Amino acid sequence: MSRSLIQLSLIHFREFVREPGILFWSIFFPMLMAWVLGIAFSSKPETLESFAVVKNSEGPYFGLKTLIDSSKLKINRAHQVEYVKVFEDSKLGRTTFRFTYTSWDSALIMLKRGQIQLILKESPSRLEYHFDPRSSEAKLGYIYLSSLMKNGKLHEAGEDIMPLTRIGTRYIDFLVPGLIALGMMNSIFWGMCYGLVEMRMKKLLRRMVATPMKKSEFLLSHFIARLSLSLLEGLILLTFSWFYFHITIQGSIAALLLVFFAGDFAFAGISILVSSRVSNTRVATAIVNAMTMPMMVLSGVFFSYHNFPDFVIPFIKVLPLTLLADSLRSIFIEGAGFHEVMGALIILPLLGTITFTLGLKWYKWY
Amino acid sequence: MDIDSSAPAIALHSVIKKFKEVTAVNDLSFTIGQGEFVALLGPNGAGKTTLVEMIEGLQFPTSGEIFVFGKNWKGHQHFLHRQLGISLQETRFIDKLTVYETLNLFASFYNLPVERINQVMSMVGLDEKRKTYTVNLSGGQRQRLALGVGLLNNPRLLLLDEPTTGLDPTSRREIWNILMDLKKNERTTLILTTHYMEEASFLCERIIIMDHGKVIAKGTLDELLAHHNKGEIIEFIAGCTVNTDQLAAIPGVRSIHRASGDKLRLIVDNIITVLPLVMQEMDKQMCGFMSLECRKFTLDDLFVSLTGRTLND
Repeated sequence: MSRSLIQLSLIHFREFVREPGILFWSIFFPMLMAWVLGIAFSSKPETLESFAVVKNSEGPYFGLKTLIDSSKLKINRAHQVEYVKVFEDSKLGRTTFRFTYTSWDSALIMLKRGQIQLILKESPSRLEYHFDPRSSEAKLGYIYLSSLMKNGKLHEAGEDIMPLTRIGTRYIDFLVPGLIALGMMNSIFWGMCYGLVEMRMKKLLRRMVATPMKKSEFLLSHFIARLSLSLLEGLILLTFSWFYFHITIQGSIAALLLVFFAGDFAFAGISILVSSRVSNTRVATAIVNAMTMPMMVLSGVFFSYHNFPDFVIPFIKVLPLTLLADSLRSIFIEGAGFHEVMGALIILPLLGTITFTLGLKWYKWY
Repeated sequence: MDIDSSAPAIALHSVIKKFKEVTAVNDLSFTIGQGEFVALLGPNGAGKTTLVEMIEGLQFPTSGEIFVFGKNWKGHQHFLHRQLGISLQETRFIDKLTVYETLNLFASFYNLPVERINQVMSMVGLDEKRKTYTVNLSGGQRQRLALGVGLLNNPRLLLLDEPTTGLDPTSRREIWNILMDLKKNERTTLILTTHYMEEASFLCERIIIMDHGKVIAKGTLDELLAHHNKGEIIEFIAGCTVNTDQLAAIPGVRSIHRASGDKLRLIVDNIITVLPLVMQEMDKQMCGFMSLECRKFTLDDLFVSLTGRTLND
């Protein structure tokens, strides 16, 4: 490595450790996010089913009355009478049923406010369930209550529930590879796009190209710095997740490193291209946001993109962040090797090469 | 490759630079010899920066040719980059890099030894600021750092674009002293853009006055003033209404202008011979002076008379 390349690369490492903001957003923030989301989705399963019950002058529905009779009576904050029944199940966890007797009109208001999911209208001969069939939460309430009144259990006799808590199948296992990919994208887009445009705006780029500095070394230093910094960020997040959530890498480490390298290259190439002619950091900020926001939502970092309509999924699948997150995830939790991530290993470097070449061609050095 | 000592430091042949609607540099031709200190003087928008950046190879002329030490930028970039030291208008460095690290970064591009960094650091008086982040430097210190970066490679041609704009008089004087020291080695050619007359006349033996992309006058300070013999100036505010026709009839009075407000400006051949006659005439008109000022024609006045504008416009 030449002296000038070392000096150029050192700029980034020095900035990294000297700007407390960078340190926070690139190291602690992803860790914090993994911790909060990991905790939120992996604490003991606890379900609350809230019902409003509208009485009928003819009398109560027998099954419901039996259940409510065995419930605890409570006065809630709105001074309404509530009956609370708690079911502890070794496999399904704790499920709480809450019944509030009220009129039809106020039951509707409670539903609109989200205080309850279902309205029960009872008469001695029948029980009406009123709920929005599009709400899976309400449907679950219906199934639970129905099953409970039939056989006193949350599930049918003869059926057995085997909870999946093995490493690799939890939400946190899904989340961490996505977070690593997201961190990498953000680190490179912000570090390079914004960084390069800032240098251009400060006229530093001009000043530097007026020396015998090699332009290739200048760009290479950015790539080297971003690769090592995102590797470091990923490693710290991984160590934290391993320590706290016992996450493991089940697939090939070599393939993982190569995917990492390919992702870095693709994001770096895109950064060079989009920043090639921008001369103002405000525009750079807008561009980076316009690129990262859609990918953050679409690429399945936090939740699977399979919930999007079928016709957009092929497009989502070729977004660089999706390619990266999917490949990392398959190596982490599916035990994938080179073969399984070959698609990403071809597309990402290709994308990087094309964008880099075009970017360099249009690059505004002066 | 060495420098051809017979070639002028800079030779411009009919250089034109156009941006969409504006012609920033309009058909310039002149040469600057090796070792000369030259000031490019002109108001904002005169085309100074565009001209300097074309010489620096950062912009290219629309037509015409520029030779630096006898070489064109095309094909001689590597050679020319090593001969040039530059300081751009308001360069900002990397905020969280220290003075030493910034100099070291640029020194690495020229592959210069560490001793040179220390040498330059004391030349521009930043020894004590060695470990200070550039973002924490004062305006004057930052300009001295920019100058230091430009001096690292011991350049044969130093181009400084408004090196003292916005600085207080002390900081300006510090930069001047560094440049005056540089003049002693007779090795460096300096081109400096400025809109301070004082700076141009203090540092440079040759002055080129530009406006609207053209050279409107050039020469040494004395040559400029002698060539554009504009005479001397008597300015006063009278205590009553003056009959200007009588004043204009005095021998040696070239013209009379209304300066600002009640102030009258007389352009005269020679203050010493004309002033007594002016005072006699005022006595005759029973008119006293509220204020009176006599001075030689300055570069500022010359500029105003050449362009009809002041330099700070």
